Amino acid sequence: MRIRAQVAMVMNLDKCIGCHTCSVTCKQTWTNREGTEYVWFNNVETKPGIGYPKHYEDQERWKGGWRLDAKGRLVLRSGGRVKRLSRIFANPDLPTLDDYYEPATFDKDVLVSAPAGLTDTPVKQPRSALTGEPISLDWGANWEDGLGGAHERAATDPNITAMAPDAAARVKFEFEKTFMFHLPRICEHCLNPACVSACPSGAMYKREEDGIVLVDQDRCRGWRMCVTACPYKKVYVNHATGKAEKCTFCFPRIEAGQPTICSETCVGRLRYLGLVFYDEDAVLAAASVQDEQELLAAQRKVFLDPHDPETVRLATEAGLPQEWVLAAQSSPVWRLISDYQIALPLHPEYRTLPMVWYVPPLSPVLDAVGAAGLDDTDADDVFHTIRDLRIPVEYLAELFTAGDVDAVAGVLMKLAAMRSYMRARTLDGTVAEELCSAVGMSGAEIEDMYRLLAIAKYDERYVIPTAYAKDAVALEAQVASTSDCSLDCAGGPGMTEPAVAERFHLVADGGQTRPGRKSLFARRGDGRLGLSIDPAGERS
Amino acid sequence: MNTLVWIVIPYVCLAVFVVGHVWRWRHDQFGWTTHTSQLLESRLLRLGSPLFHLGAFGVIAGHAMGLLVPASLTEKIGIPGHLYHAAAVWGGTITGIVLVVGLVLLIARRFVNGRIRRVTTTMDKVLYVALAAMVILGMTATIGTNLLSEGYDYRETIAVWFRGVFWFSPETHLMTEAPLVYQLHAIGGFLFLALWPFTRLVHVWSAPLAYLWRPYVVYRARRHAPVTPVPAPAAVRDRAVHRAHR
Repeated sequence: MRIRAQVAMVMNLDKCIGCHTCSVTCKQTWTNREGTEYVWFNNVETKPGIGYPKHYEDQERWKGGWRLDAKGRLVLRSGGRVKRLSRIFANPDLPTLDDYYEPATFDKDVLVSAPAGLTDTPVKQPRSALTGEPISLDWGANWEDGLGGAHERAATDPNITAMAPDAAARVKFEFEKTFMFHLPRICEHCLNPACVSACPSGAMYKREEDGIVLVDQDRCRGWRMCVTACPYKKVYVNHATGKAEKCTFCFPRIEAGQPTICSETCVGRLRYLGLVFYDEDAVLAAASVQDEQELLAAQRKVFLDPHDPETVRLATEAGLPQEWVLAAQSSPVWRLISDYQIALPLHPEYRTLPMVWYVPPLSPVLDAVGAAGLDDTDADDVFHTIRDLRIPVEYLAELFTAGDVDAVAGVLMKLAAMRSYMRARTLDGTVAEELCSAVGMSGAEIEDMYRLLAIAKYDERYVIPTAYAKDAVALEAQVASTSDCSLDCAGGPGMTEPAVAERFHLVADGGQTRPGRKSLFARRGDGRLGLSIDPAGERS
Repeated sequence: MNTLVWIVIPYVCLAVFVVGHVWRWRHDQFGWTTHTSQLLESRLLRLGSPLFHLGAFGVIAGHAMGLLVPASLTEKIGIPGHLYHAAAVWGGTITGIVLVVGLVLLIARRFVNGRIRRVTTTMDKVLYVALAAMVILGMTATIGTNLLSEGYDYRETIAVWFRGVFWFSPETHLMTEAPLVYQLHAIGGFLFLALWPFTRLVHVWSAPLAYLWRPYVVYRARRHAPVTPVPAPAAVRDRAVHRAHR
């Protein structure tokens, strides 16, 4: 038993309107640089659709995630250690830029400098951001937005092609009547990360304190095995620096107790952030469960109940601050995943034990109930329509439960029951006890769940403890011990000197950076070496 | 002149090689990478890169064998000279051809593909030119001199001089007698070593063999070492109190 804390996220898909604000603010914060034009740490997909990059869920093609070998041992789908090193000179399972899209820019000067009196409207042409040549735009990170082009491509959605033929036929039939929903995706910060396990140089790591998976930019040597191994294709190669980059879970914000930028700016307020305690020693066994449909339950068992006195004792022994235990106890993520059990992981069958979970979309449920002329406070009426939804349960099951339709239907029933219960409660003050007992929750629990899903405020949705208190003590002592600015200490970023590119490291990594040393060459924005001329002269 | 070419240049190059690597390692961890461009172009790389790398392994092994193992040693363990010569020439020719084919593909890739052309740095161009020059000289020596002509026994001259460099007793007269193509290849080799630390070739030293043994999932604590030696909070408080009272 080794207790660890993980900062995790739950997204309530019922509320996602597909506005892409998360993607845009994420891009502005992290990837608006040369080399990362095509990199979307956060992207919003329309489902059904082939996703970004194209068909990333097709693991026969891309070899992401883990599988069980003939002896039932957990192995990376892209092969063992020796096989991986043998493919280091050219990785056959690496998506190329054409599987993402060629980033483009526009020559807007054509419009600005157009002479007066033209008979034709001047047109700005798209040009490749890589070669500068004119290109035609034929794909993008959200090309399928709102089912764009879905009549041609959605049938090749790996979630549909993986289904049993009769279920697939039903999905296709429903699809012709049109259904869709949005799926925002970030790095899953898995408990059993395949990317970390595939990194030959050991540059990728999972942080002990909060479970955030990061790439050490100083140690990455560009072997690009992580891109293949990640089944969600959420590790990208920066083509200017030749290094891997991925969603950082906005760790500088998390350390300061703030939500990630995608959560902060989510207009639908559908994201929840909080701590989950888990047992690191139980991870491997949970990921190796034989039956794919048991993976969801197995992962839930890895989590430790923060209200259990035994867990609190373990956490205290492991040196976790009291603040973190309290945060775990009021974690909205824990409540959604384990208390109410209405959040589900994305593709548990990849066996990475992902830590960004989803509440499946519900809205069309009540449409179906109402359209059938049924009474939505009647448990039987509500529940027997669950399997006749606009969004076929089979499709959701492919995404969230490795095809276990009953598990998804159970979640949808809870959500439907909650709505019906609250509607009756609000309209005529009656308490639909029958609905409560049918989903095995008390009226009070349903109302709590309703509050969390519908009206939870900022500090209820984001319960994030600040970085370790022991660090805070050290930092305070450091501030008090110097009379000058605290940034000017040894190992600090410096305040009185102009910042040079080389010193831009978000985390001072013991001994790696040497602020006192001035180098003649510094790295430019594009990752190449360039002469740095510092007008302020030598650093004293 | 002989001293300059066969003593000064090798030692200067070796010094640059060593000091350059130390400098690069300490100052440019961020640039220490293969600088992969497979994302931009995969088709030619899939063929060219493995050929080039496997060829290079063979060629490096061949150089190590030819230069570091004294002829007297192979004779002592009973390998006849003509057999050694045949193995060296044919091994060198085959691995050399594999290397050349790979290198040609990789260089062609830089010209043919617009995306790759754009990301090719000046240092990449210098490296490709240097590599091509070295390979051409080496292949001329192997195929031109040893395979098609009567051959030249470099093991008695160049190899001895080369080992002498590392014993700090290089014998320049051994090199002055060597054919021009061997002379150029030898001195070019040292210049190439001097270039090495400033190119993407540094990734060779990061060959991830440790991956074969390490546990799959890597955990790392947020900080390895405290930012600065920190006085105990009580000491800080006492000092602040002391200062306030003064």
